Amino acid sequence: MTSSTAETPRETTGGSPRFPLVLGLDTFGDHEHDAEDRPLSHAQTIRNVVEEGVLAEQVGVDFFGIGEHHTDDFPMPAADVVLAAIAARTKRIHVGSAVTVLSSDDPVRVFQRFSTLNAISKGRAEVVLGRGSSIDSFPLFGYDLANYEELFEEKVNLFAELLKGGPVTWQGNLRPSLNNQDVVPYTEAGPFRTWIGVGGSPQSVVRAAHYGFSLMLAIIGGSPARFRPFSRLFLQALEKFGREPLPIGIHSPGHVAETDEKALEEFWPRWLHIITKMSKVRGFAIPTLESFRFEVGPQGALFIGSPETVAQKIAANLQTLGANRFDLKFGMPGLSPDSLIRNIELYGTKVIPRVRELLAESTQPDA
Amino acid sequence: MSGSVIPSSVRRIAVLGAGHVGPVIARIALDAGFEVAIATSGSPDNLELITQVVMPGVDARWAADAVRTADLVVLSIPLHRFPALDPALLAGKLVVDAMNYWAPADGVVAIFQDQRLSSSEVVQGRLTQSTVIKSLNQIAYQYLDDGRRPAGSLDRHAIGVAGDDSDAANVVGDVIDRIGYDPVLLGSLKAGRILQPGGPVFGAVFTRSEFERAMHTAAVQS
Ligand SMILES: NC(=O)c1ccc[n+]([C@@H]2O[C@H](COP(=O)([O-])OP(=O)(O)OC[C@H]3O[C@@H](n4cnc5c(N)ncnc54)[C@H](OP(=O)(O)O)[C@@H]3O)[C@@H](O)[C@H]2O)c1
Repeated sequence: MTSSTAETPRETTGGSPRFPLVLGLDTFGDHEHDAEDRPLSHAQTIRNVVEEGVLAEQVGVDFFGIGEHHTDDFPMPAADVVLAAIAARTKRIHVGSAVTVLSSDDPVRVFQRFSTLNAISKGRAEVVLGRGSSIDSFPLFGYDLANYEELFEEKVNLFAELLKGGPVTWQGNLRPSLNNQDVVPYTEAGPFRTWIGVGGSPQSVVRAAHYGFSLMLAIIGGSPARFRPFSRLFLQALEKFGREPLPIGIHSPGHVAETDEKALEEFWPRWLHIITKMSKVRGFAIPTLESFRFEVGPQGALFIGSPETVAQKIAANLQTLGANRFDLKFGMPGLSPDSLIRNIELYGTKVIPRVRELLAESTQPDA
Repeated sequence: MSGSVIPSSVRRIAVLGAGHVGPVIARIALDAGFEVAIATSGSPDNLELITQVVMPGVDARWAADAVRTADLVVLSIPLHRFPALDPALLAGKLVVDAMNYWAPADGVVAIFQDQRLSSSEVVQGRLTQSTVIKSLNQIAYQYLDDGRRPAGSLDRHAIGVAGDDSDAANVVGDVIDRIGYDPVLLGSLKAGRILQPGGPVFGAVFTRSEFERAMHTAAVQS
């Protein structure tokens, strides 16, 4: 691989592995509204996401991820189909899921779909496995939420087998076994990069290390710094399992506009709307402007503001967590295509170069 | 509730569950000066690396070992795993139930479907040899660490403590206070319903007065 995301350690300083910096964008296919705040069709939203992925490459973004969702607010159940459309129109950008809800999918199919995406994109496919929107997908596909741990554990196990290539023999409790079964398409150059999205359970961190999957820290509330021990745990667990160091990424929501005020003004009403809806489904109290301000501040998990504000926060957190990758989950149901395009342009042309500059500054030996 | 010994004060805490919530509770309890052990349903070998890195100072144990020496046991396991937990494990113990039940997110667990009972009443109903107090369930684990404040701070946050045994509730209230939160005692396990998902304080980070106002508003509305 010659792309900027070729993730072999470049150098090693003081025992900590250094991977190339990767700055990406994620979307959940957030349902877009037009300038008059009328909802676009699901179909138009999906076509817009394809354009957003193509634009992301043009402005210098390293990775474009799409998270599987199954609701009117996020009409994005077939992320891999959309990723394939983006892959066909791009050359450099990596494309992947963010996340694939493996528990309610068939690992064989997930492998086949992403191996196909890897073929179409000439080796640019990645997968992030996670729980994600299982609340929506479980009833849809007839899974019981009470089995969620076992389903995930077992399916991750099978997925790891599939990635090794060659005929698969595998046995579990929740899915029919495979007996010396050939699974196509074969990958051209070894397994595509696979991540596990981790919300806050150290056991999930160890599981990622156990299978040799990279670690994607999904930081969507509270202080990112509290994840610091997880980075250390991941590296030590890899060592314990006799594996080479692997990349660590951060996925967090945010929004970039010309100024802090504009970014907050665009984002807050949309966020309040969606979090209020979620709070009804999940039974938690509705957030306040105060809690929102906390999340936007330096201790919080939202990356919202001008390019400078967002770049500073990304750089600081990459350093704090010893991570080499940051994926900004952009968009929010109800935002207009114009505001999303502006977000992507600013992220690619202003935020990314600034983060690179900040991190280069801070790693200069005598700075 | 027969047979449980309510300690006059707590020195040793056992945390059952090492997922999202358990390690945070273990760490803040250790910080507050308690001796803390943590366990899953399996072997401590698998936990040791996690305790070393994420909560140094906390002991990884088998659940039975952790519980045996503890003055107080925190249950932070998924609620759907509770029906398989052997009540004898917790016999004679003061138990803090930090578990939540919300069928749309957790799946349906039959024994918790009775709408007349708060989830902790169901837990108490099964743990007949233990004294159950509901607490530490209502603040999201992401904020439990950073939300702590020293006693007397104006912006100190509240954590509800619900139980039928007032001595036990007071003991748990002291623990909450030492950890860094204002305990709000709720009088009964039934009253603990207010701390559950769908209740007025669930998932909110409130000061005591905000907490009490939210409770009051909810009581007026219902
Ligand atoms: N999310 C929040 O912010 C929050 C806040 C307060 C309370 N809660 C409640 O806390 C509980 C735990 O949530 P979580 O998100 O931490 O769950 P989780 O991440 O799934 O972790 C559950 C832990 O419990 C362990 N476990 C399961 N059965 C056990 C048993 N019989 N004995 C000992 N350990 C056992 C599991 O390990 P093994 O499977 O290896 O045994 C695992 O370490 C839930 O009831 C939740 O509602 C959640």
